[in-house]
Parts: sequence; structure tokens; C-alpha cells
Amino acid sequence: MHLATRSLVTTVTAVSSAVVLCAALTGCAPQAEEKKPKASGRAGATAEACAPGGLATEVEGKLTVGTDKPAYAPWFSDDEPSNGKGFESAVAYAVAKQLGYDRDAVVWQHVPFNSAFAPGAKKFDFDINQVSISESRKKAVAFSSGYYDVRQAVVALKSSKAAGAKSVADLKKVKLGAQVGTTSLEFINDLVEPDQKPAVYQRNDFAKSALKTGQVDAIVVDLPTAFYITGAEVPEAEVVGQFPNSADKPEQFGLVLDKESTLTDCVSGAVDALRKDGTLAALEKEWLSDAVGAPVLK
Amino acid sequence: MTLHKTLPGQPGEDTYVPSERRIARERHRRARTRRATAIAATSTLVTGVVLFLLITGSPGWDRTQETFFSPHYARVALPQVLEGLWLNLRLLAVCGSAVLAFGLLLAVARTLRGPVFFPVRALATAYTDFFRGLPLIICLLMVVFGVPALRLEGVTNDPVLLGGAALVLTYSAYVAEVFRAGIESVHPSQRAAARSLGLSSGQTLRFVVLPQAVRRVVPPLLNDLVSLQKDTGLVSIAGAVDAVYAAQIIASKDFNYTPYVVAGLVFVALTIPMTRLTDWVTARMDRRRAQGGLV
Repeated sequence: MHLATRSLVTTVTAVSSAVVLCAALTGCAPQAEEKKPKASGRAGATAEACAPGGLATEVEGKLTVGTDKPAYAPWFSDDEPSNGKGFESAVAYAVAKQLGYDRDAVVWQHVPFNSAFAPGAKKFDFDINQVSISESRKKAVAFSSGYYDVRQAVVALKSSKAAGAKSVADLKKVKLGAQVGTTSLEFINDLVEPDQKPAVYQRNDFAKSALKTGQVDAIVVDLPTAFYITGAEVPEAEVVGQFPNSADKPEQFGLVLDKESTLTDCVSGAVDALRKDGTLAALEKEWLSDAVGAPVLK
Repeated sequence: MTLHKTLPGQPGEDTYVPSERRIARERHRRARTRRATAIAATSTLVTGVVLFLLITGSPGWDRTQETFFSPHYARVALPQVLEGLWLNLRLLAVCGSAVLAFGLLLAVARTLRGPVFFPVRALATAYTDFFRGLPLIICLLMVVFGVPALRLEGVTNDPVLLGGAALVLTYSAYVAEVFRAGIESVHPSQRAAARSLGLSSGQTLRFVVLPQAVRRVVPPLLNDLVSLQKDTGLVSIAGAVDAVYAAQIIASKDFNYTPYVVAGLVFVALTIPMTRLTDWVTARMDRRRAQGGLV
């Protein structure tokens, strides 16, 4: 009966089209990741393993450094990471130098915060963007050792009710704001536990805006940013105080690398060396000297 | 579709017996339907299996799974995403009603006849032109951060209210155009007939033109409603936490994308019923309009 043949044809067509689809998909399937040759056969960073200027970087002979745009002061200056001004720009160049890459071998790359921790191949060798090191984040990316110990601070307009706060408990009743993805937000939620839900902003600009217009009573940012805001951007605001550091481990910013990066040990070694020889302390003094201290909120 | 039943008004003995040919035809049709279903099921299954093997066999699958489909983070995220969704839904209900009312008002203002209404028409036209062209995100930023900066007495500073107002401004312009298209699609003879029956122009608009116009534009209106539902999330630019933003907070804290996937699925689950409703309304209206069946 010709009907049977017809249905057979249809079945064959359906299955074969599925096979064709599969083949087409395989065509655009990701290629197996090319493992870069390891810089060293052994684990651990030794001097000869991290040959100066000879690391297995993204671009041969260049060091690609990522950061977000806009790059905020005092971490960067004039939104221009490549000028060497601002704490993180200076640190990046110091690390590069330690690894044997001079200034013109450093290439800056715009990496939004959200894509710094995306799985898949990275476009940078390391990312420097005030990223705090935490255990849960280590599951997604690799961190170098910390290059800066962070304190979180509260900024409020001098006229606001948050301005007189002496303790963490005094902040319970005020409307607080912070930037998304920051530890500042965690401090609000875990330490202050305010009565009103905190406002969460995509960018610090919006948080400053809300602070100026009184949509929030106070915002929480890291200490250098706090002093920069009160010193240069919102003069009618003041740093109310800083949060006490958690007892077990101080919060630190680290350089972000791909989880499978072969450079992690070398970069960490470079950061450790810079800490040991006092370079990091000197750069802190040069770029973040205003952030000496604020009263600690009990 | 079989007709094995006594026809009404006939004596009981005289029953209808379908012919051999008819029974054969019906049997054949049933077989064809079964066969088609079986083929569709097999083909779907094969495609599904191929895709599954392809994705799970890819070299980066383990990390992708850990980053996008982590059960632990899904559990952490769901309650917070749902809490954020409550804000989306409230915004949708309030802004949706306001947009429909304001949009209809604008459309009527644009279609008023007579030279005396020229300024009204011009204003409504200028409004829709401006707010249809203005990117929503800029409108939001202007309203949410611009209005409080004016420091007006008695004007709210609440970011959610301001964000909602910005949504209404933009979406009313879209919806006004949809309504206007509906009003202009009503045939002039309808208006002429109504006026010749002695209805005033206001009555004509209310009892003859608008009912037909609104009925015609229900599908595109529902489309705009689905779109509004997704755009309510943009209010989070002012610091309020909606579903997607709740996901982002967790994602950027722990560097894991699973909360985004959860939020996405929640939104899809919300949109599907609305889409089905749109389809159903459209189909029903098509049936009504195509009297005598679709050709």
C-alpha cells in the first residue's frame, strides 16, 4: 500500500533531518580548549618558572590587564587605566614589572564586572577591579594573594540622621544603600541588619546620586572611595565611621585570574614580593593616603 | 466525527447506517493521525537526545553546569527572586491599568475632529512622538534621579513610584498609537450611520467607534502588556530590588550565574499563560470575524 511507503519516507526524513541538525550543531560545537603549555612543570612559583617576560600570556610578549569602565578614582585617575595614576593602575604596572613586562608591554582591556567571572576563555591575563577575595568566589575564578586590605565605611550627608551614628546599632533605623556585588552590601545585610531593605545600585554613581537627593540616608563603600566621595564629589557629605574588621580574616582585594590560568602562582608570587619589599605600602601612601582612618563603629 | 445515531424526528426503525466506504475512510483517517503523532514524537525524542548528548559532551560542560545550573544556588536564589517578583507584579498591575487609561485618553485626543481641538491634537501628537522615541532607560534615569534633584515640596522621592511613573510615560505613548490605529480602522460608514441616527459625536465615539476599535486591538495590547511585564525590572536602576536584580545580587556576590537562570525561568513561566491568553483571544476574534468559517 502506498500509504505505508509514504509514512516510511516521512520517518526517514524526520530522523535524517535530526541527524543533519546534529551534524550542523557539531559543526559549531566548541572546540576542545587548547591547553596552554604550562610555564613550569612543577607547582609553585619559582624564579625560573616565572621567566621574566616569558609567561604563557593571552598575547605573546604582552600582559593583558582587565578592568571595568568607568574606572573610578582613587583606584584609577581620569578613567584612564593606562596612565599609571591611581592605586590599582600603579599596582598593575608594579606587578607587570615584577613579572618582567615593562610599561608598553601592558595592554588594558575593558572587562565588565559581570564578565570577569564568566566561565569560558578569558580575554585577560588578570583583572584588577577592587574584587574582594572570598571562598565562594574561589569556586569560579582564581585569585592572586591580596594586594590591599579593605575596610568598609559609612558615608552620609552632614545634615542626615545617619551622620551622628556612633555604633552599628545606630544605623538600624536609617535607609542604607550600596552597590551591587560589593562586600559593602554584605556588611549591611549581615552586620547592620537594618529595619528597611537596603537600596542596591548598579553603579556607585547612582548611589551617590541617591545620597545627594536624600533617597537614602547613608551609603556603604570601601574606605578610600568614601574619602574620595567626601573630598571631591559630594562635599556636603562626611565619613561617619568604618566598620570593625571581622575577627577571623581581614577582607582583601585580589587580582582575578581564570580558574585554570597557569599564571596564578607567578602573579601571586609577584604580589607577595611587592608586599615584602614595601612597594604596596608606598603606593598606598601615594594614592590612598587620605584614607588613614575613620572612627570605628562599635 | 462518526454519525452512528438516530436522526431526530425519524421513526425508530429507520436508523442511519454509514456505508462501508465511509467506515473505511474514517478508519484510514484515524490511522493517519496516529501515525503522524508517532512520527512527531520520535523525531522530537531524537532531536532532544542529540541536543542533550551534544551539550553534556562538550568540553566545558562541567564548569558550565556548576556555574549556571547549581542546585545549591538555585535553592538560595528562588525565595529571593520570588520576593523580587512581587515588586514586578505590583508594578505590572498598577502601571498596566494606568497605561491603558492614559493611552486611550491620548488616542482619543489625537483623533478628535474639528479645528477647535487643534492644540489638543498637536499636544497629544508631540507627546507620543517624544516618548515613543525616548529610550526607556533614559526616561527612567531622568525621572528617578532628576525629579528628586528638583527638591519639590510634596513630590515623592520613592524610587519605585518614580520608576513606575517613568514606565507609564513611555508605555502610554506606545499604547496610544495602538488605540489610534484601532480607532482609525473603524470604517467611516459606521460613524456616518451613527450620526445619521442622531447620535452626537461624543456618543458616536463612545457607543459605536471605541467598542469596535478596542476589540480590534486586543492582541497588540496584550503584546505590550507582556513587554511591560519584563520592563518593570528596569525600575531597579533606582535601587529597588526586583526579581532579576535579586538574582544579580546573589550572582555577583558568589560569582555564580544560576540565580539568573532561576529568574529567567520564573519570568518565562509568568509569560507563557499571558501568551496563551493572547493566542486564544486572537483566535476567537478571527473566528468571529470570519463568519462562515475560515477559507
